[in-house]
Amino acid sequence: MSTEPALLTDAAVPAPRPTNLFAGLARDWAVLFGAAVILVMIVIGVGAPFLGTVDPTEINPTFRNRVPGTEQTIRRADGTTATYRHWMGTDSLGRDVYSRVLYGARISLVVGAAAAAISIAIGLVIGLVAGYLRWLDGIVMRFMDGLMAIPAILLALAVVSLFRAGIVSVIIAIVVPEIPRVVRLVRAIVLSVREEPYVEAAIMTGTPTPLLLIRHVLPNTVAPLIVQGTFVCASAILLEAILSFLGVGIPPDTPTWGNIMAEGRGLFRVYPHNIFFPGLCLALTVLAVNMLGDGLRDRLDPKLAKRM
Amino acid sequence: MAGYILRRIVATIPVMLIVAVLVFLMLRLTPGDPAAVIAGDNANAEQIAAIRTRLGLDQPIVVQFFIWFGQILHGDFGESFFFKKSVAELIVSRLEPTLALSLSTILIAVLVAVPLGVLAAYKQGTVIDKIVMGFSVLGFSVPVFVIGYSLIYLFAIKLNWLPVQGYQRIADGVGGFLARLILPSLTLSVIYIALIARMTRTSVLDVMGEDYIRTARAKGQVERKVLFNHALRNAAVPIVTIIGFGVALLIGGVVVTESVFTIPGLGRLTVDAVLARDFPTIQAVILLFSFVYVLINLVVDLAYRVFDPRIRY
Repeated sequence: MSTEPALLTDAAVPAPRPTNLFAGLARDWAVLFGAAVILVMIVIGVGAPFLGTVDPTEINPTFRNRVPGTEQTIRRADGTTATYRHWMGTDSLGRDVYSRVLYGARISLVVGAAAAAISIAIGLVIGLVAGYLRWLDGIVMRFMDGLMAIPAILLALAVVSLFRAGIVSVIIAIVVPEIPRVVRLVRAIVLSVREEPYVEAAIMTGTPTPLLLIRHVLPNTVAPLIVQGTFVCASAILLEAILSFLGVGIPPDTPTWGNIMAEGRGLFRVYPHNIFFPGLCLALTVLAVNMLGDGLRDRLDPKLAKRM
Repeated sequence: MAGYILRRIVATIPVMLIVAVLVFLMLRLTPGDPAAVIAGDNANAEQIAAIRTRLGLDQPIVVQFFIWFGQILHGDFGESFFFKKSVAELIVSRLEPTLALSLSTILIAVLVAVPLGVLAAYKQGTVIDKIVMGFSVLGFSVPVFVIGYSLIYLFAIKLNWLPVQGYQRIADGVGGFLARLILPSLTLSVIYIALIARMTRTSVLDVMGEDYIRTARAKGQVERKVLFNHALRNAAVPIVTIIGFGVALLIGGVVVTESVFTIPGLGRLTVDAVLARDFPTIQAVILLFSFVYVLINLVVDLAYRVFDPRIRY
């Protein structure tokens, strides 16, 4: 039958740790912290319009490069005035950095989640096929070796140079270097699972290959892939920010953390706030996702946890 | 042994060949005439026609690949129409800053990370261990450019100890060269330190339970020598592997760091080439970096024997 119960009992047994009780507790604290920060970022991203923001793309030539905390009096069409405080200052085009940072959370989260989901999905299919069809394995894995020999950022830069700048091309650029890593992981799992008695038994009883893969092999990949997906998500958020920062990612008027920093580069000496606030959010988010990933790895994948 | 070295070298050929095929196909995947794409936006019909003949674009695609690949094997990477120079010349002129930055980064990283990792392993479970491991997670998460700008802000702008940005050739004075190299190298070494420290800790912990460690202690060897002569020497293989593996991270970091510190190296060249859609340069840089990456990992593989004579092939 299904291998799921066995998997669950495996996962329920925490990784054997030679250290004291507090180590386990600290791990849980790290997972909680990671999850909490991610949750806050999701709330910020979704609720950006309701969190006291203004239009993040609105340019104001008379109110450029203001330091954090500067107040601005806005005259409305009906003659009344209102005061708006730029908590994080304005950039060199007079746009409100606070609004841009909050809206920027959306892009980071969407790119992170999409890149993780897509690279896992594609990698899973290729890995399952390569691990099972021996004649295809050699060709596919040599191809993956070739892809992995190109450092991730260079591969991503090459991909964005081919397409028009935009969120889709950025996601493609991030997914391409991640796929070989997922393929390798899935293939390794398939190769070890093939030798298990229950798989041999299933082959003996004449289970067709597609069913065998889905029912007996696939469940074994779930836990490692969740862990891998978290790490892909973290590096995707970083890579998107890097591409945007270098000016080859998402178009510069779109508020993303990388774009805000790219815009602030020129006047960094005088106005470091354009780099400081988005940089802090970016580092915090990536740290949170990584901590969640570390915690999940220890809980779901004790073998891998021991190796790291 | 000689047979193994030969086999290992031969095994890298298909990998490099696939990289070359991927880089070659890159241009064919773009919509439009490859000759026009290579020539850039400001090319006239004559230049485009010259490129078409040079690349043999009227030939079958396999023949085109071998024409292109043959030229590369002769060191001919084509002409950069953006920089108005041959790509080979362009790369040579950008080599020094990148080499200096990479080598000083590796040096700093190994000198800091290995002792940190050994210390964390020795003090396993203590506050020191947790600080080192915490730093390691942090090092993976904080983007290179955030580290770079923080260091510039603190050491160059607030404390005024070091120059803010830029690069000085070593021939123009060692003092200025080093002063401008410190901040970028420190910036770039953070992620590398995180990686190597973590691997060193794991690797030393694995070894600490071995019989020969107990024997060394039983014979009264001082703890420092147990750690560095017995444990670290036996834990070296995974550490050296991760240093080679981390070169990919280093190359990625070079691209960003050179942009932050306005260093005119290969990383900055890559970004400029991508911004200008200067394909001959992009192709050459990717091939070069990948070749270096594969080569370093080959050397690392072969270096195992030096570190661990137990490995026989």
